[in-house]
Amino acid sequence: MSRIFVPKDVAAIAAGANRVADAIAREAAKRGHSIEIVRTGSRGAFFLEPLVEVETAAGRVGYREIRAADVASLFDADFLAGATHPSSIGKTDEHPWFAGQTRLTFARCGLVDPLSLADYTSHGGWKGLARAISLGAPATVDEMIASGLRGRGGAGFPTGVKWKTVAATPAAQKYVICNADEGDSGTFADRMIMEGDPFALIEGMIIAGFAVGATKGYVYSRSEYPHANATFARAIEIAKAAGHLGANVEGSGFAFDLELRVGAGAYVCGEETALMESLEGKRGIVRAKPPLPAIAGLFGKPTVVNNLLSLATVPFILAESAKTYADFGMGRSLGTMPIQIAGNVKYGGLYETAFGITLGDIVETIGGGTATGRPVRAVQCGGPLGAYFPPSLFDTPYDYEAFHAAGGLIGHGGITVFDDSVDMAEQARFAFEFGQAESCGKCTPCRIGTVRGRELVETILAGKADEKTFETLTDLCETMKFGSLCALGGFIPYPVMSSLTHFPDDFRRAAPRAAAE
Amino acid sequence: MAAIPGTTKWDAARAGEIIDAHLGLEGPALPILHALQDEFGCVPEAAVPLVAERLNVSRAEMHGVVTFYHDFRRAPAGRHVIKVCRAEACQARGGRDVEAAFRRLLGLDWHGTSADGRVTLEPVFCLGLCATGPAALVDGEPVARLDTDAVREIVEEVAR
Repeated sequence: MSRIFVPKDVAAIAAGANRVADAIAREAAKRGHSIEIVRTGSRGAFFLEPLVEVETAAGRVGYREIRAADVASLFDADFLAGATHPSSIGKTDEHPWFAGQTRLTFARCGLVDPLSLADYTSHGGWKGLARAISLGAPATVDEMIASGLRGRGGAGFPTGVKWKTVAATPAAQKYVICNADEGDSGTFADRMIMEGDPFALIEGMIIAGFAVGATKGYVYSRSEYPHANATFARAIEIAKAAGHLGANVEGSGFAFDLELRVGAGAYVCGEETALMESLEGKRGIVRAKPPLPAIAGLFGKPTVVNNLLSLATVPFILAESAKTYADFGMGRSLGTMPIQIAGNVKYGGLYETAFGITLGDIVETIGGGTATGRPVRAVQCGGPLGAYFPPSLFDTPYDYEAFHAAGGLIGHGGITVFDDSVDMAEQARFAFEFGQAESCGKCTPCRIGTVRGRELVETILAGKADEKTFETLTDLCETMKFGSLCALGGFIPYPVMSSLTHFPDDFRRAAPRAAAE
Repeated sequence: MAAIPGTTKWDAARAGEIIDAHLGLEGPALPILHALQDEFGCVPEAAVPLVAERLNVSRAEMHGVVTFYHDFRRAPAGRHVIKVCRAEACQARGGRDVEAAFRRLLGLDWHGTSADGRVTLEPVFCLGLCATGPAALVDGEPVARLDTDAVREIVEEVAR
């Protein structure tokens, strides 16, 4: 029986993957072929989707951008034997997009049936948890510190240090929260794990709970991700039924329960303290720190709040050792980053590689430049609160410290490419508009600053600005950066000031454009 | 027979059942509000005191929660809901033209519902389809690589 792999990742579905899977099933039945269609997550090359793969003796062979109408011709060409077809990409693993990657966090995503525990186990699943249990909790925390893993949500705080604080804080009840509120435009890695390898996240959270002494975990996801939530909720049920979650995890005597919670469209709930308020059933208002969530977090109890990518990387680190992970990367940015290449780019998708690659390599070599074929003008790194980088900064290595030094941030690993048709003053205005819509309203710099900032940029766009306008804008950005309670207000100056610094002409020639509208 | 989810007429007893079913959860407010909206198509004004009482918080506090989150509607949406991504990665791929086309062809502004109750247009900031934008969710189904022609087809489809 031939095994055929068709992704059911929402990006593949949007490209027609469900229709393709149906067509393959129909065509096989019509021709009397016995096949098994495995619906996987995406391998992350969205420019190839729907990417249909067939298992052959030599490995998986891929066919790109398949439409339902192409399916008959695939059978005619004998794709079940891996034969060539105009849409062939050959052996998928040898395609440059995949061959160049180091997939640690995403080792299984796109390869396995996301809801098959048998697949998960046969692809290295549960090894990390087994080793954690054999090491014991304190040594598991030490292993995480030694791995050098830094929070993949944006702040880049060492994950193991957070765990150590929670482990050292005595309490009758502790929590592990997975921040899956992936609101940054240009990012989709959390979504891909929830859809493509949900058991990796579940295993990572169990390990975290074991290490710090927490018995309850919450995954806080987004309502904008209905497909991911459905898959992940099902994965929790399957893991519970199999004894991986519950009163006695895998017979170890350790109890851990897990629940999926879905937000309600508030971007600020991606901020960890607002997220906890929301989980408690309140408005998603940011809390002042201290106390740190590690000391007094959810319901006032010691709480680990980690990004989904951090937690999904934990099983690899425990299974393969901290040293194996830390051998990748550079400086204080160790391991790999699942980089999400998005926007106006020829080869967009998820590309996991060791830190240290340059931004230019990511955009031009891996991403292939713009989809429109026009020159790249700006690249926004790290979501809507991230800086816009001009091509003159393309030699910046992908590294937390190097990005910081260049006036930007890595954030959650999103890279959004714009061609030369972009109006950077308009992007600055949008940053304020977005901030105004999403500010929780607790602190003045953010609540008022986003409104005044938008007004200032609108004055500039209308051609009515003078030197004082620019002075006020710069001063406002300073106030927001240093005076805001959280990263929402604190980081809006990144897209604004980077636009103004690197693309000053857009702010000067805006008058005729505005007048023409 | 049960009505189609999201179209049930307001029924305080049914709402009470929904609320009670969630009271075993820690911090049950959001799961309750989602469940109410799934059932009634919105979180009506009448639901607020009911939830507040069961959760032992003030009405004002619960009103604050309901109105804080973009998702919770105060009146039911149209029969079709189109959620269009307005975020940067879609903008970089022509999203602003797609936004304008939806608004123009539907004759609606953001959060608007057509007079015949057929369609609601909502903005959304990121669907995680950032390498294949511009993207939207049409009645929960993802659509990507949109252009003005694709928008026209979607608008014609929901008008049927």
